[in-house]
Amino acid sequence: MNEREKRFLMAAAEIRKLTIQAMAAAGYGHIGGCMSVCDLLAVLYEEILNVDPRDPHKRDRDYVVMSKGHCGPALYAALAYRGYFDRELLLTLNANGTSLPSHCDRLKTPGIDFSTGSLGQGVSLGIGAALGNRMQGLDSYTYIITGDGELQEGQVWEGVQFMAHHGVANAVLIVDNNGRQLDGYTAEICRQYDLAAKFAAFGLTVFRADGHKPMDIYRALTAAKRCRKPSAVILDTEKGRGCCFAEIPGFNHYMVITPAMAQEAIREIDRRLERALCGA
Amino acid sequence: MRSMILDQFAMDTVEMRRAYCDALIEAARENPRVVAIDCDVSYSMGTGPFYEAYPGRGINCGIMEAHAIGLAAGLSATGMVPFVHTFGTFATRRAYDQLFLSCAYQDLNVKIIGGDAGVTAQANGGTHMPFEDMGILRNIPGFTIIEPCDTVMYRTAVKYMARTYGNFYMRSSRRKTVRIYRDDAEFTIGKANLLREGEDVALLACGIMVYQALLAAEELEKRGISAAVADVHTIKPLDREAVCALAEKCGAVVACENHSMINGLGSAVAEVLAGEIPVPLEQVGVNDRFGEVGTQDYLMAKFALTAQDIVSKAIKCIGRKKR
Repeated sequence: MNEREKRFLMAAAEIRKLTIQAMAAAGYGHIGGCMSVCDLLAVLYEEILNVDPRDPHKRDRDYVVMSKGHCGPALYAALAYRGYFDRELLLTLNANGTSLPSHCDRLKTPGIDFSTGSLGQGVSLGIGAALGNRMQGLDSYTYIITGDGELQEGQVWEGVQFMAHHGVANAVLIVDNNGRQLDGYTAEICRQYDLAAKFAAFGLTVFRADGHKPMDIYRALTAAKRCRKPSAVILDTEKGRGCCFAEIPGFNHYMVITPAMAQEAIREIDRRLERALCGA
Repeated sequence: MRSMILDQFAMDTVEMRRAYCDALIEAARENPRVVAIDCDVSYSMGTGPFYEAYPGRGINCGIMEAHAIGLAAGLSATGMVPFVHTFGTFATRRAYDQLFLSCAYQDLNVKIIGGDAGVTAQANGGTHMPFEDMGILRNIPGFTIIEPCDTVMYRTAVKYMARTYGNFYMRSSRRKTVRIYRDDAEFTIGKANLLREGEDVALLACGIMVYQALLAAEELEKRGISAAVADVHTIKPLDREAVCALAEKCGAVVACENHSMINGLGSAVAEVLAGEIPVPLEQVGVNDRFGEVGTQDYLMAKFALTAQDIVSKAIKCIGRKKR
């Protein structure tokens, strides 16, 4: 295992722990979808992104759009991990008057580029940001994170078609393909069929990776950047992955989380991290 | 005070859409970040010359209004100043959630131009005839809503929108309208223009109804009634000060709009009067109906939007004053 992979693994464990701590402080949270994007967020904030926590509005920065806006808490954890704000702030998640609401709000939280929560809209916002940066000659990438359930929204496909036609190559559409949505399994509620083939048919260059293997994610994102074409990265993930009490086949979109549950989950994350690092 | 309006009114020689496109090209000359976004009705909205003047700064999304509004919001987050044009129906009804979340909720900077306001949709009929566009936008905090009555005001409003940060919705006819203002008339967005002094009743109008209100005032004068006329071109934020001053002076108000009576200019005026100066108010507007095909004259008669309808409502309103 090389140093980069170690850093990714440690970052992912930290982001998971911070997310769970924040949700435990609130008493509940969208744990399933937050857990499935933690490895992605670790790779993005540990290495891929050109961002500066001391200057969140840096003109040539890369943009991140958490289009599945209910996974704000995982992104807040990543931002705190990267140093945008104090980790203590995470414990105010959803508290009255907080700057960390359940869904991303660009006016409240340093490092949040767009407010999201009504699914599908982040895709157009991200493509707009990428196009705006391109029109201004900035060397900036925009990473748009969607859920697979979210792809049921028609606006996503308007955006994808636009992105391909207008050659918006400085945007990467990332799908957290965890196979589940609020009410159950995506395949049972409204099946997506062959997602990669759909993106390809819409004109995107498609990459695919195991969304819980940071080096796989890293290679896919790097390839998407290098291909200089409008691209999608499908990350095959598991909803709730990495948080032991959420790794269940039943409802885990949103869970009540007690301090004891959080403690046990955090201990398990540490154990798994140690095993992973030792096994190297 | 020199009048800001012409001595005689006549149909303009320039279409509203031509005035719009000229103004947009001018705004783009001043600010290199101004971009035009269309949804496959560039031809109808008359924005073609912009694409010729500024290749690469016009983006035709095709028929995807939700994406177009979101795209514009995203562009504006990077400092661009996007103007999105389509018919008022699709700009608002079709993309309401995007106007709410992608634009207003996150305080971005998008300018929406809704063509074919109300009965000016004419032959496109009920599906394309927005009587509800201002109403659904009034509910969103922070949106400025404008309805200009002629090309002079249209040009001024475009310039103002390009220079002023925030989300705007401007609705109007695309075609020729009666010219009201002198070339050098000056406007302040958010401030109503008092076009005619009067003491018995105040006619508050926007868009094509401004001309009807001026005609109605002339007719009322023949009957010995002195009617004030104000062009309330900014529906939100409403010029509360002007509305209250006219209500106080005249003691009766008629709101005139080419829009549903529900949640448009009349409702906005009612909200102010109810809280400040509860004088009688009558509304000239569409009474909770869908549009249909027809010429503008036919539709104005059908939906009771003519000068004669304003005269009747004015007389009724004056009759309701407390003795």
